[in-house]
Amino acid sequence: MEIPGKYVREEELRKMKGVIEYVPKAKYSYSAGQALSVFLRGLKEGKILGKRCSSCGRILLPPREFCESCFSPAGEWLELPQTGRVETASVSYISAKRGKLERPEIVAIIRLDAPGYRGDEPEFPGIFHRLCGVSEEDVMSGRVFGARVRARWRPAEQRAGSITDIECFERW
Amino acid sequence: MRTAIVGIGWSGFRPSVPELSFTEMMYEAAVRAYEDAGVDARRDVDVFVSCQEDFWEGIAINDEFAPDPVGGVMRPTVTVAGDGLQCVGQAYMMIRSGLAELVAVEAHGKPSDVKTLQEIYELALDPQLRALKPGNPFFLAGLDAVAYMRRSGARREHFALVAVKNRRRGLRNPRASHAASIELKAVLNARPAIYPLTRHEIAGFTDAAISVVMASEQKARELRSEPIWLEGIWWSTEVGSGSVEWHEWGSMPSARLAAKEAYRQAGLKDPRRQTDFAEVEDRFSFMELLFLEELGMAPEGAHKLLESGYFDAEGSYPVNPSGGSLSLGTSFEATGLMRLLEAVLQLRGEAGGVQLRGAERAVVASWRGVPSYTSAVAVLGR
Repeated sequence: MEIPGKYVREEELRKMKGVIEYVPKAKYSYSAGQALSVFLRGLKEGKILGKRCSSCGRILLPPREFCESCFSPAGEWLELPQTGRVETASVSYISAKRGKLERPEIVAIIRLDAPGYRGDEPEFPGIFHRLCGVSEEDVMSGRVFGARVRARWRPAEQRAGSITDIECFERW
Repeated sequence: MRTAIVGIGWSGFRPSVPELSFTEMMYEAAVRAYEDAGVDARRDVDVFVSCQEDFWEGIAINDEFAPDPVGGVMRPTVTVAGDGLQCVGQAYMMIRSGLAELVAVEAHGKPSDVKTLQEIYELALDPQLRALKPGNPFFLAGLDAVAYMRRSGARREHFALVAVKNRRRGLRNPRASHAASIELKAVLNARPAIYPLTRHEIAGFTDAAISVVMASEQKARELRSEPIWLEGIWWSTEVGSGSVEWHEWGSMPSARLAAKEAYRQAGLKDPRRQTDFAEVEDRFSFMELLFLEELGMAPEGAHKLLESGYFDAEGSYPVNPSGGSLSLGTSFEATGLMRLLEAVLQLRGEAGGVQLRGAERAVVASWRGVPSYTSAVAVLGR
């Protein structure tokens, strides 16, 4: 059966009157604050810096000025090892609007080899980052889980004090 | 069952606080408030309430950032997109309902982090009507000010007088970073910024975080010998900012209705005689007069009373003895709590250089600022 009316594509619909396109001009200069400023400066120097809660002893990474669990000020700074294990990883093929990405993204949570941690705690000092040298198949087969990885840094002169100063975490 | 304010703390109160992130400011304010109340946030507080708005933060779903810095992790946290005084209203309901005994309220603003403020304001207008681009949203204040002049008979000089009164008063208040020693002539001779207002009559921006601890009557008596009682609080919204034509120009019905209910709760019949001072909206100079009328504080005409010195700190009924928003600045959704803080310190006798003598009861009234038509009113007493 043929349904009467005119078929339109989404692009045609969007061009009709009554649909307004608007690009927000929103610019911010987020103050990093006491804790994250030191963390970002550390990245520029090729260091991963965390803070230890002076009350419960847990290591806060990314660091904060306070431990949200104890609600007490975080204590000393410490440099963390740049090695760890892949806690969880995934491959993403789509954008938020379900469009196809040009190339898949492989992302992971890295459980760092932090002092005083056994390695099976539900909460741990970690970093969310990309994995390199890891294939989609490595993720989907489950081979990558628990894999030993280390930070691969950009050359010192290219570092900007940003989380992208670490290029990715690579297997070793 | 009564509700009380048992602790209050703040951070910032400068035009720019570049050394702290907004969460660090929230943490500092919260730590001070809990210390002031003598409570342990992780053990004693039942519910946390945070007033904030994503576009002010530049962080989508910023609600998720609310619990950590105030000690609310793994506990119920309520976020409200509204002025901080509206959050105090939420806490009031939770305590009055018997559901919570101790509620922590916070609001914060970091205007110095927002680089394209005008465009963010533009996003608050109806998307279908933004194309007009009238420069900035403060034009709404200009339109209201002119309409108010026509309705009330107040003149530009009266608005300027409000600016002089509040900016000078703030010189005694260490939190008032926009205070200034200005003369009436300087205000009147300045070029209009948004007619009929000059730049002296428009409040600046301040980075601030404020935390308030609220308690049931029983809990309050356990914690403090002299808590500050929240005798009434209410709020309302007139029309959406997408339909500015529908606003009652030169008036603020949202404040009028909020006051009516807050006074009813507090049992006030004649608010000016039954309270000792008021901290009211003044981010645009004329708003102080407009609010005083809507709050039922000036049946004779607010500008006439102002002229006679009635609202001076030494006058019969001090209005904005803190220096008001013209001196303290505004801080997005934290503005109402900035004013509540001043009123609480005043009633406790901890207002330092701006302390009034023998103040027992106060009215706090805030507006959410342009382009909004939402106001909240609270009645506090010792």
